[in-house]
Amino acid sequence: MRRALAACLALSLGAAPVGVFLMLRRMSLAADAISHAILPGAAVAYLASGLSLSTMTFGGMVAGIAVALLAGGVARHSVIREDTSFAAFYLISLSAGVVLISARGGNVDLLHVLFGSVLALDDAALILLAAFATISVAALALGLRLLVFECCDPAYLARVSRLGPLAHYGFMTLVVVNLVGGFHALGTLMAVGVVILPAASARFWVDSVPSLLVAAAALAFAGSTGGLLLSFYFGLPAGPAIVLTLGAVYLFSMLVGPRGPIFR
Amino acid sequence: MRAPLLVFDAVTLGYDRRPAVVRLSGEVAPGSLLAVVGPNGTGKSTLLKGIVGELSPMDGEIRLVDARNSLTPSSPSTPSNPSDPATPIAYLSQTPGFDVDFPISVHDFAAMGLWREFGAFRAFSRAAKERLAEAIVTVGLGGLEKRLIGELSGGQLQRARFARLILEDAPLIVLDEPYNAIDEATIADLAALVRRWNAEGRTVISALHNLAHVRKEYPRALLLARELVADGPTEAVLTEEKLALARERMRVGAC
Repeated sequence: MRRALAACLALSLGAAPVGVFLMLRRMSLAADAISHAILPGAAVAYLASGLSLSTMTFGGMVAGIAVALLAGGVARHSVIREDTSFAAFYLISLSAGVVLISARGGNVDLLHVLFGSVLALDDAALILLAAFATISVAALALGLRLLVFECCDPAYLARVSRLGPLAHYGFMTLVVVNLVGGFHALGTLMAVGVVILPAASARFWVDSVPSLLVAAAALAFAGSTGGLLLSFYFGLPAGPAIVLTLGAVYLFSMLVGPRGPIFR
Repeated sequence: MRAPLLVFDAVTLGYDRRPAVVRLSGEVAPGSLLAVVGPNGTGKSTLLKGIVGELSPMDGEIRLVDARNSLTPSSPSTPSNPSDPATPIAYLSQTPGFDVDFPISVHDFAAMGLWREFGAFRAFSRAAKERLAEAIVTVGLGGLEKRLIGELSGGQLQRARFARLILEDAPLIVLDEPYNAIDEATIADLAALVRRWNAEGRTVISALHNLAHVRKEYPRALLLARELVADGPTEAVLTEEKLALARERMRVGAC
C-alpha cells in the first residue's frame, strides 16, 4: 500500500504535466493511441521472457515510439489525417497485443497487462517509476520555454529556430516514457487516465501554463490517492478505481470550476 | 544608389508546380518602404513567402544581402546573433497561424520576439525586459500585459503580433496584409509604427490591397499580376492605366 502511494505520487508528478501539453496541443487522443500501442511491445517481451520488468519496459518503449513516429509520419506525408492515422495504428496494436498475450499466458496475465498491478509493485518497479517521473519533470523544466512556444505558434518557431523538431520528438518521447510508467502501475487501458484527466480538470480552474502544470499534478495525486483508498477499503480493482476517481475529479471540476460550462 | 538589400532574379514561385509569380526581376534598396499590390490571387502572399524563405523558388532566385549593418547608427539595434549568417527577417503572415485559444498572456506572447537573442534557456536581461515592456506600450496594449491572447479583440491581437515584430529588431520586416479586418484606430497606430521602423532605417515590404492607404503611406510600389506589371515610385505605378492592365492580365490568366 505504501508502495502504491509512492507510485501514484511519481505518476502524478510525471504524467499529469505531460498531459497538460498534450491537451494544449490537441493531442489527447494521440496519447490514448500510443498507450494501446505499448501493448504489443510489452506482449512480445512477455512472450520472450515472462513478466520481466526491464524487457517489458523496453518492449513497450520501442513499440510506443514506433507507433508515435509511424502514425505522425503517415499523417504528415499522405492524405490521412493525424486522428485517423493514430486510430488505425492503435486498433492494430491493441488487437495484436491481446492475441499475442492470450497465445501464451492465461487470463490473469492478460488482466495484469491491461489493468496493471499498482498494489503489487516491487522495489524495482517503483524505482523505475520514480526515475521516469524525475526524467519527465527535469525535461519539462528545462524545455519549458521551448515547449510552450512550440505548442503556441509552431510556424513562428520554425522560422526563428531549428529546435522545433527537437521539441516535438522530445515531447513525444516523454509521452511514451510516462505511458510506459503508467502501464506498469495501471495497465495499458488505464495509463492514459492519469495523463489526460487531471490536465483536463485543471483547465477548468486555471489559465496560465505554469499553474496548469502544478494544478494537474496536484489533482492527479489527490485523485489517485483517493482511488487507491477506495480500492483498498472496498476491494475494487486499483487501476480502474484510480481512473474513476480522477474522472470524478474531472466532473466535479467541470461543475464547480470557474471555467466550466456553468460558472463561465 | 546603395547596394540592393534584395534582388529578384527572374524568380518563379508557386505551389505544386503551379506558378503564382512568374519570372519576376527587380531590386529592393535597403531602407525602402515598399508596397506589393495587385488584384486578388496575383501572388502577393506567394512573393512574400519567397522572400522570407517559406517557399523555395521553382526557377530563378531571390538573393538577400546581409543587412545587419544597414541600420542607421541612431537605431537601438544590436546584431542579434553574429554567428547567424542570414539576415533576420521579421514576418507577419496573413493569418495568425497559431491557436488563439492557447492560454498565453500578451506579455509572454510578445516575448517570443526575443527568441533569436535569448533562445530556449537564457534568462532575459534587464534591458530586454525593458524593451519588452516598452514594445507592449508602443503598440497600445499597456495595462493588458496579463490578458490572455484569446481574450483580445482582432485589432488588439494584431497589436500584440506587432509587439512581437518590434522585439525581433530585424532590419527587414515583411507584412502580409497587416490590416485585413482591423479597425481604423488600430490601422492608424500600426501605420505610424511602420513609419517609425522605416525612419530607423529598416526596410519594410507590405502586401496591401487598400490602394488609398498605399498612396498615402508607401513611396514605392510593386504592381503584380502574376508577372511584374510595374515597379517604382507609387504615383507612377498606381495609375488607372496600369491597374487596368493588371486586372486585364488576371482575367486572361484565370480560367
